[in-house]
Amino acid sequence: MQDLTQKPDVKTQGGAVLKLDGITKSFPGVKALDGVELELHAGEVTALIGENGAGKSTVVKTLTGIYQPDGGSILLNGAPVRFATPQDAADAGVTAIHQETVLFDELSVAENVFIGHAPKNKFGLIDKKAMFDRTTEILNSIGAKIDAHVKLKDLGIASRHLVAISRALSVEAQVVIMDEPTAALSQTEIEELYELVDTLKAQGKAILFISHKFDEIFRIADRYTVFRDGQYVGAGLMKDVKEADLVQMMVGRAVEQLFPKREAEIGEEVLTVAGYSHPTEFEDINFTLRKGEILGFYGLVGAGRSEFMQSLIGITRPSKGAVNINGDVRVIRSPAEAIDAGIVYVPEDRGKQGAILDMPIFQNVTLPSLKKTSRDGFIQLANEFALAREYTERLDLRAASLDTNVGALSGGNQQKVVIAKWLATKPRVIILDEPTKGIDIGSKAAVHDFMSELASEGLSVIMVSSEIPEILGMSDRVIVMREGRMVAELEGDDMKPETLVRHAVGINSTGDAA
Amino acid sequence: MSALKSREAILFGAIFALVALIATRFPGFVAPGNLVAVFTDTTPLMILAMGQMVVILTRCIDLSVAANLALTGMVCAMINVAAPDLPVAVILVIALVMGSALGAINGILVWKLNIPPIVVTLGTMTIFRGVIFLLTEGKWINAHEMSPTFTGFPRAEFLGMPVLGWIGVVIAIVMMVVMARTTLGRAVYAVGGNPHAAVYTGIDVGKTQFKAFVISGMLAGLTGYLWVARYSVAYVDIAGGFELDVVAACVIGGVSIAGGAGTVVGTLLGALFLGVVKNALPVVDVSPFWQLAISGAAIIIAVAFNAKSGRSKGRVILKSAEHAQ
Repeated sequence: MQDLTQKPDVKTQGGAVLKLDGITKSFPGVKALDGVELELHAGEVTALIGENGAGKSTVVKTLTGIYQPDGGSILLNGAPVRFATPQDAADAGVTAIHQETVLFDELSVAENVFIGHAPKNKFGLIDKKAMFDRTTEILNSIGAKIDAHVKLKDLGIASRHLVAISRALSVEAQVVIMDEPTAALSQTEIEELYELVDTLKAQGKAILFISHKFDEIFRIADRYTVFRDGQYVGAGLMKDVKEADLVQMMVGRAVEQLFPKREAEIGEEVLTVAGYSHPTEFEDINFTLRKGEILGFYGLVGAGRSEFMQSLIGITRPSKGAVNINGDVRVIRSPAEAIDAGIVYVPEDRGKQGAILDMPIFQNVTLPSLKKTSRDGFIQLANEFALAREYTERLDLRAASLDTNVGALSGGNQQKVVIAKWLATKPRVIILDEPTKGIDIGSKAAVHDFMSELASEGLSVIMVSSEIPEILGMSDRVIVMREGRMVAELEGDDMKPETLVRHAVGINSTGDAA
Repeated sequence: MSALKSREAILFGAIFALVALIATRFPGFVAPGNLVAVFTDTTPLMILAMGQMVVILTRCIDLSVAANLALTGMVCAMINVAAPDLPVAVILVIALVMGSALGAINGILVWKLNIPPIVVTLGTMTIFRGVIFLLTEGKWINAHEMSPTFTGFPRAEFLGMPVLGWIGVVIAIVMMVVMARTTLGRAVYAVGGNPHAAVYTGIDVGKTQFKAFVISGMLAGLTGYLWVARYSVAYVDIAGGFELDVVAACVIGGVSIAGGAGTVVGTLLGALFLGVVKNALPVVDVSPFWQLAISGAAIIIAVAFNAKSGRSKGRVILKSAEHAQ
């Protein structure tokens, strides 16, 4: 315990309190971090910038002991350290306020702040008085007017956030990591957070600030580091850089054409969406979709794309707006009505939201088409098998028998069952949400090829994707969403990586923050 | 080889072995007449268990079945006292409709108010019993007050088996068809197997659960009349605690308490197993406490079996293992 009481010397020569050198981390099929570098300085804010999937969250998890790097070293005050557990990282003074903070509703503020490391008295029991006093002290130090005895469930979102920050500060922190801290906050709360960051800077803490929003990065950061596809791209001082340069670094070179996009004949209008709005998630979405077209939806995570798609198929109800499909104006109030109208949605989480593992293949495939395979509520087994066989063969699904439970199939084959299920409804519009997320390169090409084939057969495809190469390689047209609104509709030569990112993060074309 | 199919075979084997064992000590037990009697005696449990199975498959539970049985049975008995000439067919319709209505109350609360099913049915279980007390002020309706046709119907013999047993057979056949061959049956398995996926395929999860409660209630109401008529007595506490036997029959029969897995045949065998234990052990002088212990052990063994067969397989990383499963 002695080494913990030793005060960290923040004025080590070289300036960096924490330094990552050549950190590598791989997961099956993907290299999440490839020799990245990062330096954090005492009393300064370093912004970590990168697209979705650039490796930012992986770095946070490596720094806080949740992941162990495969290679490279972490230097704390010049000495190499290894964080085997989150507790190790906390003991060393590295603490994080995570994107989704896990707090406990039924516990008091103080209990939340000190959960896992509550002060003990000489009997080994929790020293309540010390815990409440320390909590009040921390709350005061960040200027939060919250009673440490109140239960968490009685606090609003902003106060909860302050509790989460207090929890991060309850360990003797020298490095504070903030992962998208403003995502859930309103404008005034964001201002208060900025003041808090200034307070922490004044206390000499090294801060790693992760954000998608360029305006706040320029407002608050002293330094930046850019990652792209798990690789270190560059770093420097904020005062020496322009937004356009950062965007350039984020997206990198021109996108290589490795997408088997076939030219499909684009026909008449199939779907028109007009003025689609939702009270809290998105507003005023307008577009048309033509036969044989692939329409890409790009945006940062949380831009409201999936929420809009779920509303389009009737899982949530829009507050305003109408859908015109093949000339019929329809109000879609449930997924069953969407299927009737010919719109189907293949969700992002195909494991959880896709297949029913305890059911045989043929029953999974025909589940949304039961109306067609049954008469008066009685299922006609012959029809059912015929339909299931047709679509599993089309997708080249190899299984011993259609009676096999889906749970016994491999992941790739389960995906095929899910796709077969939706194609068997003979849709006019198919919405694919992150169709290649979490699958390896080879399977990705197969999915893209298949998508092209669907379009060339006259199906209209909406593809939600956060991967720029995929969006640009596959789409005929791209809609960019930011904070629940459509901010751009791009076609032809306007579809450039820089343009997409500009619109997604909210910079207008002159390069100033929006 | 499906775990459920083999489960049914194991259960059938266990029942057969139990009956054979008893036959060595007491040969009279396996006389055809006695086996029919055991089957008939177990019929109420089988009917209720089939309703409960549908509810459990949708990830719910119905603790109010025995109270529904008692309330509907009491109402049927009171109607019979008031109008002794009402034909049995009308009484049967009343029992089915009233049972469905009580089930619908559970279903609506679960569907529209999103209250956890265990809470809803725990509440209605108490309420239904309370209503019986309000209706009768705790008085019994005894055999001499009921009309002979009312009490005679379930006991009337047809082809060597009482009507009660035949009703069980008919319901079993209907339920097998409903579960295997109708869109409702398919929706029930889908909702329990993966509610998120079911929503996306256009199945209304809440509505499906509502229908499951109506089925369970309908069967409980029907059993209510049959029970009261067979025992020729109706009072507040009939079938007290029977809901636990019903859930036990489902669990022993391989119905997964997590929903989505279970069959009509399994459920029937689960109920029969309990019925044989209850009827046979007294004959061979085993104390009633041992019966409870055996039933309890059967439940735990069944759940352990379910947990084992339900454990999800890990991800297949080796390419070579992919087709070997």
